[in-house]
Amino acid sequence: MRLLLGFGSCGLAAGALTVSESMQKVLADTNLQLTLVGCNGMCFAEPLLQVIDDAGENYYYGNLNEDIASNIAKALLAGQIPQQNLLMQDANDFLAPQTRVALAHCGLIDPENIEEYLWVGGYTALKKAVLMNLEEIIAEVKLSGLRGRGGAGFPTWLKWQNTRLAPGKEKFLICNADEGDPGAFMDRSLLESDPHSVIEGMVIAARAIGATQGIIYVRREYPLAVKRIGKAILQAKNKGFLGDNICGSDFNFNLRLVQGAGAFICGEETALIASLSGKRGMPTFKPPYPSERGYHDLPTNINNVETFANIAWIINNGGLSFGDLSNDENSGTKVFALTGKIKRGGLVEVPLGTTFSKVIYEIGGGLKNGKEAKAIQIGGPSGGCLPGKLLSTLKINYEELASVGAIMGSGGLVVMDDSTCMVDIARFFMAFNKDESCGRCTPCRIGMVRLEELLTEICQGQGKEEYIPFLETLGKHVKSTSLCGLGNSAPNPLLTTMRYFPEEYAAHIKEKRCPALKCQALLDYSIDEEKCTGCGQCFKVCSAGAISGMRKQAYHIDSSLCIKCGMCQSSCLFDAVKISSKGVAM
Amino acid sequence: MQQKSCPSSVKPTDTAILAQVTKLASPYKGKEDMLIQVLKKVQTVVGHSSISKDVAIVVAEAMDIPLINVYEVASFYSMFATTPRGKNVIRVCKSAPCHVKGAAEVMEAISKALGVQFGETTPDEKFTLETCECLGICAVSPAMMINDDVYGELTPEKAVEIIKNY
Ligand SMILES: Cc1cc2nc3c(=O)[nH]c(=O)nc-3n(C[C@H](O)[C@H](O)[C@H](O)COP(=O)(O)O)c2cc1C
Ligand code: FES
Repeated sequence: MRLLLGFGSCGLAAGALTVSESMQKVLADTNLQLTLVGCNGMCFAEPLLQVIDDAGENYYYGNLNEDIASNIAKALLAGQIPQQNLLMQDANDFLAPQTRVALAHCGLIDPENIEEYLWVGGYTALKKAVLMNLEEIIAEVKLSGLRGRGGAGFPTWLKWQNTRLAPGKEKFLICNADEGDPGAFMDRSLLESDPHSVIEGMVIAARAIGATQGIIYVRREYPLAVKRIGKAILQAKNKGFLGDNICGSDFNFNLRLVQGAGAFICGEETALIASLSGKRGMPTFKPPYPSERGYHDLPTNINNVETFANIAWIINNGGLSFGDLSNDENSGTKVFALTGKIKRGGLVEVPLGTTFSKVIYEIGGGLKNGKEAKAIQIGGPSGGCLPGKLLSTLKINYEELASVGAIMGSGGLVVMDDSTCMVDIARFFMAFNKDESCGRCTPCRIGMVRLEELLTEICQGQGKEEYIPFLETLGKHVKSTSLCGLGNSAPNPLLTTMRYFPEEYAAHIKEKRCPALKCQALLDYSIDEEKCTGCGQCFKVCSAGAISGMRKQAYHIDSSLCIKCGMCQSSCLFDAVKISSKGVAM
Repeated sequence: MQQKSCPSSVKPTDTAILAQVTKLASPYKGKEDMLIQVLKKVQTVVGHSSISKDVAIVVAEAMDIPLINVYEVASFYSMFATTPRGKNVIRVCKSAPCHVKGAAEVMEAISKALGVQFGETTPDEKFTLETCECLGICAVSPAMMINDDVYGELTPEKAVEIIKNY
């Protein structure tokens, strides 16, 4: 019997440490052992225990605390399968429709123990690859149709070939683990749960392009990933999968880990290289591409974590099988981080070509309140907001997403319901992009400030009708004239919300009304006389003196004095303060 | 990037610390690409005070690079403090997924409990409050990080409880 406890950042943040301690207490000196694994993607149920019995049957126990976990451990010791906190239905609905390649081992092996990775067939692809010649490896990756999973979707084989053929006395390999898109955590989870698969992919890539040195550039906010990758590098070196004469061949490759210093823009490849060179992380103009002139001016191949995590599978199973995984012209699978108002949030890996509704309603279980999704946000701050009505037909496909104004991006997928205001969300992302703009080129530096200012005015009810065409023109100009991918895509959240939710912009501007009841300045507060008990709490907290009345009788809000701070609502114990957005009469 | 103010020194840095910084930076003379790594070590040496101007001058001289390059890098990355920080840095995620799950209420409670606003340091220099972008644990949002420890599924009460342990 195997007992697997989720010990990724998500599990630990939800309290997995105390759960493990209480289980260890029960299991000490018994023949049952707890294996601390990464995350199997079911973040919605953390802290999570997976039990695999001797017949290979799986049982999932979610939302554990110390006491429940200790009871479960005792029952398991007694040979029972406890029913408490058993999550069979949710686990099955969530996991069964997925196809796992990159996440194949996540949550099933101890990431700090290379023996477990070897036990599931780890490093067999590398052993195979050292016997292949360089062209063969690249040809296999070409057959697979794998495209970069870091955002832009550039064909991986072509990047490898360009780097290999570029003139230079040495070639360099970089793994981009600077994952910074809000709502995206695929790369963190991969590094924490299965670091060796990323290393194996990198060593194979290094062999194909002829690189002898590599770097994994990890975001500083990911201390656990840093720790596990560091440990994995040492173990791989000891086993002869890194260093000199890899797997007994004449191929040498050294890998080291560099921790970022905190800047979103360093996820952009040229900025990442600048940062590795000890400089401010400012992007440079392309061409020259990193494949021609990158780190230390050497031809440099940069790929994303998830891209590398697919490589071993491709070499083991053949490129064509990777294409067969999906029923679409885009081949293979993609991992998404599903968050927001979703019932089952976590990591989902599905074949490309799958519809969004399958991911959101079947796998994710739909919205928490059972309603339809109002919109999804895909691709992070450079992606788009797409309306719920598109989800049943829209496929997860690079070209299809581009045609509706969004991008595949790195895999963040935020589900929103009708309590989200689309103008406010556009403003939110513009504020993010403005803060993260490195300031090098004018359209991005100044344009983003203007876009945010205008959106803020609209949210505060000061928008004018001429803002709409102006926002659109300015957004398009920032996109087309900025230097790097940040500015080239930053206006997407704005442009897509304007395209799909024009009525919300109109309501804010013309009627001074926020349909989602989110924009404070456009809300009206009033007191429900039926519910009000006359306790006077709201009267006490109102700093504007807008509330009047007498104890034991219903109070009243004078809207001309109300500053819409919301204090009365949060202080009312009887839910008697109503919010509405009536707007102004036209 | 959020631009930070010029690292002017508030009070001169201790000479013993400056000597330590020189010792640390000198082996990297002429190796400008090590600047970020050197500054990371310098940050631990100066502790919770900032990489102030006198520290930056020492680094520039020891590594033989222009002072402006040190300043550019120190002011660009959020990891380097150009104003003093407290002993513990609390960073609450303000990205969209945490925002929709109530990060604002958590921040309000922390701010109230410590008596300072976000962006400020408590008078006893024990805590600095900062906001940050996504910590990658959005599925258990709202989230925060205290130094290197991550915490999720926060409520205003739970967050205040956690802080008491520091
Ligand atoms: C603003 C910006 C941020 C980016 N952030 C990341 C990131 O966090 N991780 C990543 O892998 N790629 C990121 N990219 C894309 C990289 O520039 C690059 O295309 C990618 O690492 C290439 O790997 P791939 O071909 O395997 O996708 C970013 C691009 C831009 C413009
Ligand atoms: S949005 Fe807060 S952790 Fe991701």
